[in-house]
Parts: sequence; C-alpha cells; structure tokens
Amino acid sequence: MTGTGRLIRLILRRDRVILPIWILAFGLLPAAIYSSFEGLFTTDAERISFAHVSADNAGFVALYGLLRGDSFAALTSWRTGFITVMIGLATLLTVIRHTRTDEEAGRTELIGSTVIGRHAPLAAALITTAAASLLIGLLTFAGMVGKSGSVSGSLAFGAEFVAAGWIFAAIAAITAQLTSSARSARSIAIVALGVSYALRVGGDISALGTGGVSWLSWISPLGWVSRIFPYGSINWWPVVLSVLLTALAVAVAIYLRGRRDLGDGLFAARLGRATATPSLRTPLALAWRLHRGLLVGWTVGLGLLGLIFGGVGGSVLDIARDNKGLSDIFARIGGSDQIVDSYLAGTAGIVGLIAACYAVQATLRLRDEETTGHAEAVLATSVSRLAWAGSHLLFSLLGPALALFAEGAVTGLVYTQGNFADIVGGVMLQLPAVWVLAAVAVLLFGVLPRWSLVAWAAPAACLLILLVGESLRLNQWLLDISPFTHVPRLPGGNVSATPVIALLAVALAVGVVGLAGLRRRNIPD
Amino acid sequence: MTEAIDAEGLIKRFGKVTALDGLDLRVRTGEVHGFLGPNGAGKTTTIRVLLGLMRHDGGTVSLLGGDPWSAATALHRRLAYVPGDVTLWPNLTGGEVIDLLGRLRGGLDPQRKAELLERFQLDPRKKGRTYSKGNRQKVALVAALASDVELLILDEPTSGLDPLMEAVFREVILQEKRRGDRTVLLSSHILAEVEALCDRLTIIREGRAVETGTLDDLRHLTRTSIQAELTGPPDGLATLPGVHDLRTDNGKVRFDVDTDALEPALQTLVKVGVRSLVSQPPSLEELFLRQYQRDER
Repeated sequence: MTGTGRLIRLILRRDRVILPIWILAFGLLPAAIYSSFEGLFTTDAERISFAHVSADNAGFVALYGLLRGDSFAALTSWRTGFITVMIGLATLLTVIRHTRTDEEAGRTELIGSTVIGRHAPLAAALITTAAASLLIGLLTFAGMVGKSGSVSGSLAFGAEFVAAGWIFAAIAAITAQLTSSARSARSIAIVALGVSYALRVGGDISALGTGGVSWLSWISPLGWVSRIFPYGSINWWPVVLSVLLTALAVAVAIYLRGRRDLGDGLFAARLGRATATPSLRTPLALAWRLHRGLLVGWTVGLGLLGLIFGGVGGSVLDIARDNKGLSDIFARIGGSDQIVDSYLAGTAGIVGLIAACYAVQATLRLRDEETTGHAEAVLATSVSRLAWAGSHLLFSLLGPALALFAEGAVTGLVYTQGNFADIVGGVMLQLPAVWVLAAVAVLLFGVLPRWSLVAWAAPAACLLILLVGESLRLNQWLLDISPFTHVPRLPGGNVSATPVIALLAVALAVGVVGLAGLRRRNIPD
Repeated sequence: MTEAIDAEGLIKRFGKVTALDGLDLRVRTGEVHGFLGPNGAGKTTTIRVLLGLMRHDGGTVSLLGGDPWSAATALHRRLAYVPGDVTLWPNLTGGEVIDLLGRLRGGLDPQRKAELLERFQLDPRKKGRTYSKGNRQKVALVAALASDVELLILDEPTSGLDPLMEAVFREVILQEKRRGDRTVLLSSHILAEVEALCDRLTIIREGRAVETGTLDDLRHLTRTSIQAELTGPPDGLATLPGVHDLRTDNGKVRFDVDTDALEPALQTLVKVGVRSLVSQPPSLEELFLRQYQRDER
C-alpha cells in the first residue's frame, strides 16, 4: 500500500478534467430535474395524475425503474433511475483505466520499480473512484435537502448513487485482474453492468404485472439500488447489501492481485497457430479477426435484452387490462394495443442508443489501430487508406445492424401477441440514426484525429436528451440535435420515408467528409 | 546507376515545428544506405514521407521511380518496412502477423520464412502480447526479409535485439547485399552496424542532411589521432594548420590532425625525431559525435 497517496495525486492530475465533469453532472442533475418538474406541474392534481400513469407505464418502468409515491422528490428520484447505470459506467471505466490499462501499457511496471507497494495502484484507483462516488452522493444530498426538505430521504437518495458507483468500481477491480488486456477487462465489466440492468428491467416489468419473475431485480445490484425508494417508505437494506458486496468484491480483487504476477491475467495465454489460415490475406480478414469478439458480444447482449423486453410484453398487456383508469385513457387514444405499442417503440429507442455505442466503439477501433502503430504497419503494405478504413467501417455499420436485428427478432419471437414485422421494423428503423453517430466518429477520426474520443459525447448527449429532454423542457431544436428524435416510432406510429432518407443522407455526407480528411492527413497524427 | 530513393529539399512541418528542413537523400539501387542522426533529427519522419504516410510540404521526392504519396499502394508492393517501434496485435500470433503482412504486400517465400525463423530463433506460435520487445522486432524483421521486394526500409531494426541476434541480422543483410538487386535504407544508431553493412551513408541533423557519401569519403572529413614519443621538442607543430588539441607531456605528444594535414604533420615529427608512434584511424563514431555535438553549441 506504500505510495498510495502519491498515486492518488497522479490519478487526480491525469483525470483533472473528466473527473469533475462527471461528478458535477451526476451530482447536480437531480436538483435540476426537481426544478423542471416544479415548472412542469403547476397543480397537485396534474402531478399526481402523471405519477399514477407513469407508475404503470412499462416503457417508463423499463427505463427508470419502479415509482413509489407522487411527490416532486419521489418523481425526481425515480426519473434519475438511469443515472445509476451511468455512474456505474463512469466508475468502472475509471478503475480499469488506472489499473489494467496502465499495466498493459507498461506504466505500472515503471511505477512498480519505485517505492510503491504492489497493491497501491489498485488501492489508489478504488479510493479515488469511491471518493468521487461519495461526492456525487453529497452533491445529490445537498441539492435535494434544499429542494424537498427531507433529510432522511435525501440521505437515502445520495446513498443510492454512492452504492451504484461503489459496486461497479469494485466489480471492475475484479475484472481488471482476470485478463491481461484492458479491452477485455473493460468488456467483462460492461457486460456485468448490462446484465445487471437487463435483470432489473425484467424484474421490475414483471412486478408491474403478475410478478412471476420480479425476483430478477433482487439478483441485480442495479435492482437493489432502484428499490431504496428514498421518498417513499425508505428501504435501507439495499444500501447494506451494496456495501457488503463492494467489500466482498474488493477483497476478491486484492486476493486475485496477490496471486498473479505483473502483466498477467488469471487466464494464462496459450500458444496459437504458427502460420495464418489461408483466408487471412486481406484487410477485411484482419478486420474480422479484430472485430469478431465485439460483434458476437454485442449481438448476444442485445439478443438477451430482446429476451427480457419481449418476455415482459405480456405483463404490459396485463397492466392495461387491470388498470381501469389507464385502459380508459388508452381506449381514447386507440385501445389497449396502444400501450404495448408505445412500450415496444420506447424500448426500440433504448436499443437504438445501445447499438449506437457499439457503432462508435467499433469505429474508434480505427483510432486505436493508429495510435498503437498497427495502422502504420498495414498501410506500409499495398493496402490503401480507404480499403483499411472501409474494412473496419463495414463492422461499425453492419455490426449494429446485426445486433439490432437480433434484439428485434428475439423480442418478436418471445412476445407472440405482437406483429413480428412491426417489432423488428421498429428496431431496424434505428439504424439510420445509429449510422449518423458512427459517421460523427468517422468525421472526428478523419479530420480531428486527436479528438476522436469526443465521439463518445454524441451517444451520451443523445441519451441525456432521451432521458431528461422532456422533463427539462428543452427547446425543440435542442431535442432535434439527437438523430433518435427523428426516428419514426414503430409499432404504432406512422412510418414516413423522409426522416429515414434524411438521416441516411446526413450519415453519408458526414462520413464522406471524414474519409476525405483521412486520405489527406498524416498517419500517425 | 538508377536511384531507388531521390529526395531533394524535402520540407515537412508539424504546426510551427519544422521536422524536415530541406533534406536531401539519395539512395542508389542495390546499395545498403546508412541513415544516421540523433534522436529527433527527422529520420522517422523522412521514412514516413517515403512511405506516403505523411505528405511533404516542400521539395521533391521519388521512390522507386514513383510518387510515394499518390502511388503509395502500387509502390508498397515493391518494398517492405520495419517500423522503429514494432507493435503487434495482441491476439494474433507472431506467425499469423508474418503471413498476413507478407500477403498484404503481395506474397512471401515460405522457405525463406522458415529459414529466417530458424536463424532468429523465433517461436511463431506465441500471441502478440506475450512477445518481448526484441521478439516483436524479430517478427517484423522476418516478415520484411521473407518478402521478395526490391527495397527494404528498416527503422532502427536491431533495437532490442541481443548481440547474438544483432550478428544474425548483419549476416542476413550481407547476404541480401551479395544478391545485389536489393536496396536497403537502414536507419540506425549503432555505428559498428553501419560500418559493417553500409556502402554509403547520410547523416542528418535538425531535418537536414549534413554529410553524405561513402565511409571513405567521410573519413576524409575526420581526424586521425596521433600519439608519439619524440627525441626533441615538437617545434612548429602547434602552429601547423590542421593540427588540433595538441598536448605535450615529458617528451610525449598527443594531437588530432585533419586528414589533409596528415603529411606535413608527420614530416614535422620526423624532423624532430620519433622514438615511437601510434596512430588511430578516424572512426565513424568520432565523426558522428562531432556532427551531433554541433547541436549543443
């Protein structure tokens, strides 16, 4: 542990920009949403009616979790349910970045040769991330106490965010010990987050209906923290469970770190082929080798999400039947089919955003290849820049298509009462918007390569617009920035070709400018 | 004799920094050409311009008779490149990388590959992430040397190799040289390597070529060190043009002398009377240090 303090200072120096950004963004958002709700509902009746409808809306419950209570504070803590996923993502990325990424790059070796204990890098990463989570919790607490006046409720609300951050930091600490590549460690941790989210969605939707599989939420850490209900009848058990899980996971990570050598993973590297297969002879074949793990992972992941979204479709129908008031509302706007349609169209939007993350990740492989020097080796052979970039882009364009299709097809097959073609169509309609975000990544990579990572801001902004756009009453033009705002809603909506063609045209134009930039610039830049 | 590489007045800027400032580089077909210079002198930038990875801002450059920027892919079939810092895909084996790079270039000789793997004692079954720096270097070297190409561009190819493997590398390059139809541009820091392998060399500093020619040409620019025991006082030696760093100690003299001034200096010594004499031929190292040290003035 010697030297942990100095390493913490190093982390703070390296992350001096990004760390305050996510601490402030997540910590200040709840109070901002509270204010916007105050502006949105001028009478109690309006607010209570909104709460009742929302509590039974499966699409909302899938996205934000269960709603208990109808106060402004209860609505706020419910509406920020998805923020726990984003906090988990931020902490797990931070932990991997300061442990396995450094180790793979050889920086840990350099540091390890000085007066620094073996466990110090892991300890420093965990302490920094845990403190950052705590700050988010404090900001949330401070902001919400001022707004709601409830100390215990705001304390529980803050604890919800802290717990989410801690658990996924600790899980990342374990995955960082498993593989020698940071990329794999990150992927495993993100899969854990995704599974946790999917289980929470499945359990909560089930709880709305017959409740058959509502226990799913209780095997998911994200399910735990969503059931604290800070401004309902507070449930402190999830907080205790989260702290225990964090402690256990950190202990496991320390144990694993103690058992392995620097640079190694738990899974030992095996010998491979002495010669390449005859098919490994084109840039495309190389791209397939580099992208196939990602493709399989995302396709299976989205397929599983489809299983959950489709599986709870029946529950959504039950809710509409059971709730007299709600079915009256929906009867007015088109019958109980409408409620399932709106749920399915809502999940299609979520799935589209997830696929966009895949598209950005796959596109940024190009930048990875450039900074590691692999691109230089390939481009010094008779492979043109466009052939090289094109072989990767094939995966960032068609990969999300396959993953989206897997989700739509599984949803359609599992939810047998629906129209298969409409369900798959609704999901596939996200593709043009996904491609727009991939094209933004191509543009940055081609024209401003050093800013490539900023491409992640695009899906992040779209997600924020989707989550809080309406409740913050943003201007329409701000909502229109997100390509997902323009995607036709299916099932249940009218599909017109204009937005689809417009999105495709934007994606094509932006992508072409990026590729033109790539043809002219220095490699590496 | 044709020229494999012909660059004249090459200029390359990165923002405000001028990396290449009117660089001239001529490499004749069939020769092994040494490319020397201190760190940051612009060697790697020159190579990247030659490979069409970077576009030059001024001057002219031709590679194998073509424009390296616009005809990059066609030219790359005829050359092989070993980067200074070899990185391998972590999940591909060394053998896979060798085959892949060879095929992307247009084919490699399997027999030659097997022979090189044997000579460099490289296990091709290991995954990229498990190789040491030296072994990664060997992967790139085998991939380049097993390709049937006209031009080899090697950027500090022996960095990270142990002395035994350095010797193997030299043998292999000398073999290539005997074939006579391959051109090699060898950027290096290891002077013994350059002396052993290169026909001609170019020294660059701050983006300009400061010396170019054969080793013998360049030796004329250097000084010979003389140590002598004399029978009398070394009168007239100190004022002789071309004599530097003269030190006398109890009948012994030590000095450096320009190659052109060697004869008058020796005549002066003989006139005084010589008891013993040791002369050290000019080394590339001395030349190199003198060129480099101008940086620090």
